[in-house]
Amino acid sequence: MRDPREETIPQENGSGVNRRDFLRGSGAAVAVTALATSDHGATAQDATKKNVASAKAQDVTLRVNGKDHKLSLEPRVTLLDTLRDDLNLTGCKDVCDTTNCGACTVLIDGKPTYACSRLAIECVGKKVTTIESLAANDPVVAGFVKHDASQCGFCTPGFVMATKAFCDKNPGATLAQVRNGLGGNICRCGTYVGITACAMELVTKKGGK
Amino acid sequence: MATELKVAWGPRKDNVYLGKEITRLDGIDKASGAAKYAADANPKGCLFAKVLSFKGGAGKVKSLDLSEALKVPGVKAVHAFVKEGDELQWDGALVAAVAAERQEQAEDGVRAIKFTFDAMEHFVDEDDLKGAEAAKRTKDLGNNTKGDVEAALKTAAVVHKGSYGIATISHMCLETHGSCTRWEDGKLIVNHSTQNVSGTPANFVSELQKQHNISVDAADVTVLCQFVGGGFGSKFAADDWGVAAAKMSKETGRPVRLMLDRATELKIAGTRPSGFADVTIAADKDGKIVAWDSHHWGTNGGMKGGTINLAQFPYVFDFDNRNRKATGLMTNAGPDRAWRAPPHPQLCALTDTAIDDIAAKLGKSAVDVFLANIDKTPEKLQATYVAEIKRAAELIGWSKKWHPHGKGGDGDIKRGLGMAIHTWGGRAHAGTCTVRINPDGSVESLSGTQDIGTGTRTTIAMVLAETFGITLDAVKVRYGSSVYPRSGPSGGSTTIGGTSGPNRRAAIAALGKLFDVVAEKHKVDGNSLKAKGGKIWSGDKEVCTWKAACGLLGQMGIETQGEGPKDDGLTSEQVGGVQMADVSVDIKTGIVRMNQFVAVQDCGLIVDLLTAKSQVYGGLIMGIAYSLTEVQILDNNTGRYINAALENYKLPRLGDIGELIVEMYQPDSEYERGVIGLGEPPVIACGAAISNAVANATGVRVPTIPLTPKRVLDALKAAKA
Repeated sequence: MRDPREETIPQENGSGVNRRDFLRGSGAAVAVTALATSDHGATAQDATKKNVASAKAQDVTLRVNGKDHKLSLEPRVTLLDTLRDDLNLTGCKDVCDTTNCGACTVLIDGKPTYACSRLAIECVGKKVTTIESLAANDPVVAGFVKHDASQCGFCTPGFVMATKAFCDKNPGATLAQVRNGLGGNICRCGTYVGITACAMELVTKKGGK
Repeated sequence: MATELKVAWGPRKDNVYLGKEITRLDGIDKASGAAKYAADANPKGCLFAKVLSFKGGAGKVKSLDLSEALKVPGVKAVHAFVKEGDELQWDGALVAAVAAERQEQAEDGVRAIKFTFDAMEHFVDEDDLKGAEAAKRTKDLGNNTKGDVEAALKTAAVVHKGSYGIATISHMCLETHGSCTRWEDGKLIVNHSTQNVSGTPANFVSELQKQHNISVDAADVTVLCQFVGGGFGSKFAADDWGVAAAKMSKETGRPVRLMLDRATELKIAGTRPSGFADVTIAADKDGKIVAWDSHHWGTNGGMKGGTINLAQFPYVFDFDNRNRKATGLMTNAGPDRAWRAPPHPQLCALTDTAIDDIAAKLGKSAVDVFLANIDKTPEKLQATYVAEIKRAAELIGWSKKWHPHGKGGDGDIKRGLGMAIHTWGGRAHAGTCTVRINPDGSVESLSGTQDIGTGTRTTIAMVLAETFGITLDAVKVRYGSSVYPRSGPSGGSTTIGGTSGPNRRAAIAALGKLFDVVAEKHKVDGNSLKAKGGKIWSGDKEVCTWKAACGLLGQMGIETQGEGPKDDGLTSEQVGGVQMADVSVDIKTGIVRMNQFVAVQDCGLIVDLLTAKSQVYGGLIMGIAYSLTEVQILDNNTGRYINAALENYKLPRLGDIGELIVEMYQPDSEYERGVIGLGEPPVIACGAAISNAVANATGVRVPTIPLTPKRVLDALKAAKA
């Protein structure tokens, strides 16, 4: 794990923030809004300028899996990179980095979210839950094993988080709803049959409660 | 007298594990996120590297200045892959790399690189044979003839001329290619995303010497890979970027993790060659094919001028009268790498489509025409094909659902059926292993193999548990390190035979030694002993428990070595396989939907039925991907790979695959064949089966796979005109 107090964490960024990078991902608009709240009259453009001025690493506290982590991060750093590189929570994977594949799915305040679509600073004050928080006997994990819903396994944690969130919210879901609800994730090896069987078993059990 | 145990698989009915559905042993690690891949390696002090790749069709390096990159905060090392005057021959070719304290700083460094080039002529249109000839971008790959095609064409009942094609795709490993390298006391340790744990250290050694004049003994290089996020045939080498990481690691004294970005991954880390063919095919009135004449072309990228093998064309069927000719195109596209079952999916897509068209012309069902020509397939597979075709037809309801081509319904949604057949070798690769029986009764297997998601760890454990008559949890499988006894690369469906053979052999040898000790202690004939259910038996009489037997061994226990392949019947080669697709085609939008997809597949002795089926499901899904949506798109104007990202490189999602029906063909005669690989076969026939189903639905052949909505609409429009 990278110690945020080590010299390996940059204290300032001499080259200035790259706006395209800062605004990458669908979370960018939200980020701008969030940062603009201290100045109610600011437009989005003003907020961006303001962000460039504050491109230096900032002290932030992230609540991940029920534990507070104090970190020094530039505003442009994504939640995904923070989780993986700073907190060594590598269950969420960096696959597309463009909010398409779902391999980095985590829960933010209980809602399944692509971690590559959020800046870490947006998540201050929110509860981030990663796959590492699941208990060893978690029914979704057990269901994935039972139905052989992994091959290379690289998309699997993201799928497990998406499945968990979907099945918790949709007891009694139909096959069509499962297929649609888990359509935000991509597997290359072709494990969809096992994943579908696992999800159907979970929603059927929960629906029968 | 020493116990002599025969090297063989046991009677099928006695098996406790083999052939059963056993969940994979690393399933929890994968599903809980605990599994660590090369991309997750993050040792203390790790630097993160990013590459600058070429953005253009072809160009000559005018200038490359990395000095500004080195000034960027956090940047610790830079590396140039090219120098002034070098030619970059495809989009994505590597220019430079930057290693920094954080990923975003490495990206800053890449942006600070000053790189200019002079554009050169490029050619990327892989299906344009005439254009390639005009641009002098072709290579004659030969031709040959069997029988007398001209004479056969004259007497044939029907002759069909058709054009077929299958486009280039990328491997799209979800874990991009890359590694995390570090030097400790002059020794190189690499967490490498690889299908080739045992073979890669030597590759690092030779490339470090050649490219960077860095000397290290192969004995001082360790490659580690417990998990790999997809390879599909593209991850066998150290690769230039891995070697660059090792070099930057040496320079900085820090670990360096360099994983390719998604776009570069798609452009340079492996593609499947394309193939296009003009085919003339002729049959008699019974559907027996009497003549085949083809000219095929395509590209394997990398300016190599290759395409799919002439010698394997037409696929599976060896017709009496045949002309064949091939031309390779030199395109400015990233070089190919082995893509699951090379080049069988392409061969099948260009062969079984033409057979389907001649069946349609005769007004016959494809099933009848394939069956009528089974005598032209390899003799040892003929009975298997017949059985598999009949079974697949039952499963999909062929006789009830089938209709002649173009009679797929009156509305805008047309429904149709298609089939195709395939073959693959799947012989065991060369491999060794060590098996240990410890005095406490625990058992270990050590080998420098890898589990690329096929379930190798699980199948090794099953083989040892079966051989020793113990439970799976008593077996520890150690793999994924080049320190262990060498094992072959996981490519070509060779691993199941390459690991189960040596492990069975080593385990039988170890069991013989254990029986010697038990025989002496208990005064019984070692040759009468059996290990089953955690006990040692002499005939029907229990001699002692497994643990008690192992307790007789003393501190050293037993250690044996296994190797393979051998001609002892444990493994063999060559499978068939049949697939049938049921699709719906919307003729207004061109969208093809999968209704059902049936696969009936043989693979000799099945070790783990659960993971075997998963291989077939996965093959079908990858097949649906390359049949319907997945394609490398190179832009003629710029020469660039314009869809090198997951939002535009379309893969199926959970709801796009329809219902998949997989049945393993496993009569006793298959069990008796021994173990044969399964990774490649199920991905082969998909393209032809789906294309044939679309042709059956609409009455129109969409020439080129993938059958994207535009291609479907274009074909329908052309047929009307």
